[in-house]
Amino acid sequence: MKPDTDVALEEVALELEDLVMHFGSVRAVDGVSLSIRKGQVTALVGESGSGKSTVGRCIVRLLEPTAGVVRIGGVDVTHLSRRQMRRHGKEVSIVFQDPAGSLDPRMLVGDVVGEPLRLQAGRISRRDREERINEELGRVGLRAEVARRYPHELSGGQRQRVSIARALISSPSLLIADEPTSALDVSVQASVLNLLADLQRDIGFACLFITHDLSAVEYLADDVAVMYLGQLVEKGSRERVFARPAHPYTQALLAAAPVADPPRQRARKAVLLGDDLPSALDPPSGCRFHTRCPLAFDRCTAEVPQLLGIGDGDAACHLVGPDGAGPDVRQTNSAGSLQ
Amino acid sequence: MTSPTQTHLGAPQDVAPVLDVRGLSVTFTTESGTVSAVDNVDLTLAPGEIVGIVGESGCGKSVTAMSLAGLLPRSARVSGSARLQGTELIGAPESVLRAARGQSIAYIFQEPMSSLNPVLTVGRQIGEVLQVHQGLSRKKARARAVELLTLVGIPSPLQRVDNYPHQLSGGMRQRVMIAMAVACGPTVLVADEPTTALDVTVQAGILDVLRGLRDRLGTSILFITHDLGVIADVADRVVVMYAGRVVERAPVDELFAHPQHHYTAGLLVATPTPGRHAGTDRLQEIPGLVPVLSTQPDACTFAERCSAADAQCLGSAPALSSDHDVVAVRPDHLVACWHPCGNPSARHQGSRA
Repeated sequence: MKPDTDVALEEVALELEDLVMHFGSVRAVDGVSLSIRKGQVTALVGESGSGKSTVGRCIVRLLEPTAGVVRIGGVDVTHLSRRQMRRHGKEVSIVFQDPAGSLDPRMLVGDVVGEPLRLQAGRISRRDREERINEELGRVGLRAEVARRYPHELSGGQRQRVSIARALISSPSLLIADEPTSALDVSVQASVLNLLADLQRDIGFACLFITHDLSAVEYLADDVAVMYLGQLVEKGSRERVFARPAHPYTQALLAAAPVADPPRQRARKAVLLGDDLPSALDPPSGCRFHTRCPLAFDRCTAEVPQLLGIGDGDAACHLVGPDGAGPDVRQTNSAGSLQ
Repeated sequence: MTSPTQTHLGAPQDVAPVLDVRGLSVTFTTESGTVSAVDNVDLTLAPGEIVGIVGESGCGKSVTAMSLAGLLPRSARVSGSARLQGTELIGAPESVLRAARGQSIAYIFQEPMSSLNPVLTVGRQIGEVLQVHQGLSRKKARARAVELLTLVGIPSPLQRVDNYPHQLSGGMRQRVMIAMAVACGPTVLVADEPTTALDVTVQAGILDVLRGLRDRLGTSILFITHDLGVIADVADRVVVMYAGRVVERAPVDELFAHPQHHYTAGLLVATPTPGRHAGTDRLQEIPGLVPVLSTQPDACTFAERCSAADAQCLGSAPALSSDHDVVAVRPDHLVACWHPCGNPSARHQGSRA
């Protein structure tokens, strides 16, 4: 879709350079490099334990990265103090998975939404603030009366809208959305995804959309990056990743999610990877996916595959050529660990 | 009827069901008044059949399942009938229910870690079931536990049998739960969101195990989920619930190809499906919220959110029936709607663009 390299610095909303986050001996994130251009949406996809949420938390500096660089709008924010970060906090916001857990139950919705304005310490009158709050609530499809209610009085979908309003009131250039719809019912999920897509198009903020569900990002993301055990295994444009996934893990992820269409679902061949996700305490040698990969061979256990260009995007697999050509686990006879 | 799932044991209607639920209703008394969680639910499960109950949170799907074996708290009032191989379960004395649990009806739940005892090895926990229900010796129970672990696809079962739950991954734990549930060869296995807490690559394996149990042991499975993709994968027939009622019931292919209830149609188009949204940039939504019901109204509970609703929908509750003036509806396709979607081209009317 577009070249990933040589983008002018001012065009980049977010840049991660070899981001590392270790918790003691747990290597949650182990060298992730990624950039998002202004106004673009990148989906960061991975399963539980892949480190995707940790990446999000490092970007908003809820965590201090062990190593690596986080640049937001070209500014290195990796080692800013809390106070310095506050000035930059305006540039980046985060929406979490569980709105019930991320909204203070003792604060009125209006105060929750308006809090970022108060923290910015700019001279904004109470009236102006209330106006902004009402405006923001309207933008996420909530009535102004909601401002005088408490979070528990709202439904899950409404609460997530409140989180989104809070995240966007400071007009950030970058939004981190960490599984924003995973805790919601299907019908509500659709409306929150649509809302995010609409707001993103209208306002034009860049977005890192963290999710375990590939299908949720198909119509939302410009680019997709896939994580496995703390590292990126593949990235590329949405079109390419969905149409021609290069890495066996991406292929398996796409094959594993059942589609809501019985004849099509029956015709698909499941790629069984086995249950045992290796521990991030002691990740496998070589390619971290080799213990579950149906195609793994000697080299995979010994040599770490580098994330290399494959035309559209990158992949880290010994079997994928520089043109993106490689085997597809969905076609080959899978010898998954299930007997 | 050429699909593999439907040819499995012939048409379900021809065989006497192992589970026959009629007019099942459940209300809860809470501090803030009564809540009608399940209203007049009918469903059947044929031998070796997998029936999916699908619906969103609060639709009553889990309460329906839990009420069968008397697993609900005391605040629940259950009425109606549920016959398991001829034995009435609703209102049955505790002794009857205790005999049924494990032997004829067994459950697996969403979170295996909260159902497993963390201080006992998995072999002991599976063995306990066999010692209590089948009077096996400890040694025999252990040997059988190893067999069961093999059955559910746990690699190196001889070692795993001595593991504690925390030493196993989430998927392995769920396999252990399945092994415990089928230890006494139950006729009916109730699987309540068994893969919801698992990753998709692990989920595929668990669904395979459940299908394998049906194929090898002939276990009937009541599969409860909110995920239409999972339903499409495992179910032979589907029951769609909304706000405590069954709104539609049909064979799986029929339901997905010709949904008749506007709620079902809305759910289908709201579900992100790879490939289907290419070229569009929006999902279709179902407007409004699921109602919380103190009493079930004499109206369609979906009427408030339905674009096809009129005065009739607000004035009386439609019965679950196949007797509609709709060409596409087959006799085994039941819908509770005054204005079913009808032919497939009308399907998208169910939810507003």
